[in-house]
Amino acid sequence: MDYTSLLVTLKLATVTTVILMVLSAPLAYMLAHSDFPGKSIIETLIYLPTALPPTVIGFYLVIVMGPKGFIGKWWGTVSDNSLLFTFTGIAIASVIYSIPFAIQPMKAAFQKIDKRLIENAYVLGLSRYSAFFRVVIPNSISGIVAASVLVFLHTTGAFGVLVMVGGSIPGETKVASIAIYEAVEMMDYHGAAMLSLCFVPVSFLFLFFVNKLNKGY
Amino acid sequence: MPIRINLKKKLRYFDIDINCDCPESKMLVMIGPSGGGKTTIIRMLAGLEKPDSGSIIFNEDTWFDSEKGISISPQNRKLGYVFQDYTLFPHLSLFENASFAAKNKKEVEELFELFRISHLRNRKPRQVSGGERQRCAICQALARHPKILLLDEPFSALDAITRRGLREELRNMKGEFDFPVIYVTHDINEALYLADEIIPVVQGSIDGSWMTKMTERNSGAQMLKAAREQKIALAY
Repeated sequence: MDYTSLLVTLKLATVTTVILMVLSAPLAYMLAHSDFPGKSIIETLIYLPTALPPTVIGFYLVIVMGPKGFIGKWWGTVSDNSLLFTFTGIAIASVIYSIPFAIQPMKAAFQKIDKRLIENAYVLGLSRYSAFFRVVIPNSISGIVAASVLVFLHTTGAFGVLVMVGGSIPGETKVASIAIYEAVEMMDYHGAAMLSLCFVPVSFLFLFFVNKLNKGY
Repeated sequence: MPIRINLKKKLRYFDIDINCDCPESKMLVMIGPSGGGKTTIIRMLAGLEKPDSGSIIFNEDTWFDSEKGISISPQNRKLGYVFQDYTLFPHLSLFENASFAAKNKKEVEELFELFRISHLRNRKPRQVSGGERQRCAICQALARHPKILLLDEPFSALDAITRRGLREELRNMKGEFDFPVIYVTHDINEALYLADEIIPVVQGSIDGSWMTKMTERNSGAQMLKAAREQKIALAY
């Protein structure tokens, strides 16, 4: 069995989840509680990856992350390396691909918080920053956990975007979903079955945990 | 006068235009029909809503002045605010809630004794009754050593018996407050029971005739007599 691809998948899912939790929490809070010009356009852009075929997203990412694309060019100036066919490249692609799955549950959880709780925190002397960490986050924990589980599972299942941006370099960009596809291509049904089987209990346990958590709240 | 209010704000159906003072260590009750702008006024006092124009001056400090462009944040007004219904933080115990902004935890313990909720200190807000939650909310506001206490219909979500009990406790306690209290209500009995001064607010402005009408409708002669006996100043 191709353990390396499983490790790359685990590493990618963890990195993506951590990055998205940090980036998405303030963004989701802003979308839940503020009105500003262009909000609808920003929200549509964030949710766009759910409405586009993964290969289309992958194609555009290859363009912008390639040596002539604006992200690729900038990356070249800071690191002297290419983003395509690297772990960093698939991590960036994965973050963009999974961002709606982080924003949506977190935004819903933040919207559920009574605005007066936040006002009470302000009246009690807390800054916006402290109120966010001491009041908003602890009362949205089920939404945040749901978001992280969704992002983690969505990343472990990603295929089209990753194969376009990262190809299939063992130990670097070859994730388990690509390894399963390649095993089937090579008629290695046993290898494909073993890898596929690894996903079922993990996905089941994660979703079971989220359901339990939601019932608890 | 510790607090001088002169505020204007355009609302959807009427304008708020209010000009009044709240004397030191007194309970000023703002009374009026629901939807008459009382909560908006108290929210402007707390800094949770911005007036269109006017000023709020507390002792020598200017909290808001539209002409000078001054608007102090709610965090820096150092006031106590008890909301209409429950705004305790659900993830914290009652004691943690009351200690949230307190400098001295011992004082919180004393407040819990005073409000008779010491035995509930480790319970979460959802595990106690409405009256106990509002008692804790008052402790939370007092533990901050506020310069002024704002109470926005704090007992309106409670049943009549609990409301009467809390009203009584608050009246017994108000002599110990060394800061002004502004209490918002639409209940005329509550206003007459608690107030040192009353301001009737109807559609955003002070309207003395509303008070007369209401007292007449609610066997007002007796109430006014009671009000006079209690030496309540009708501040309009």
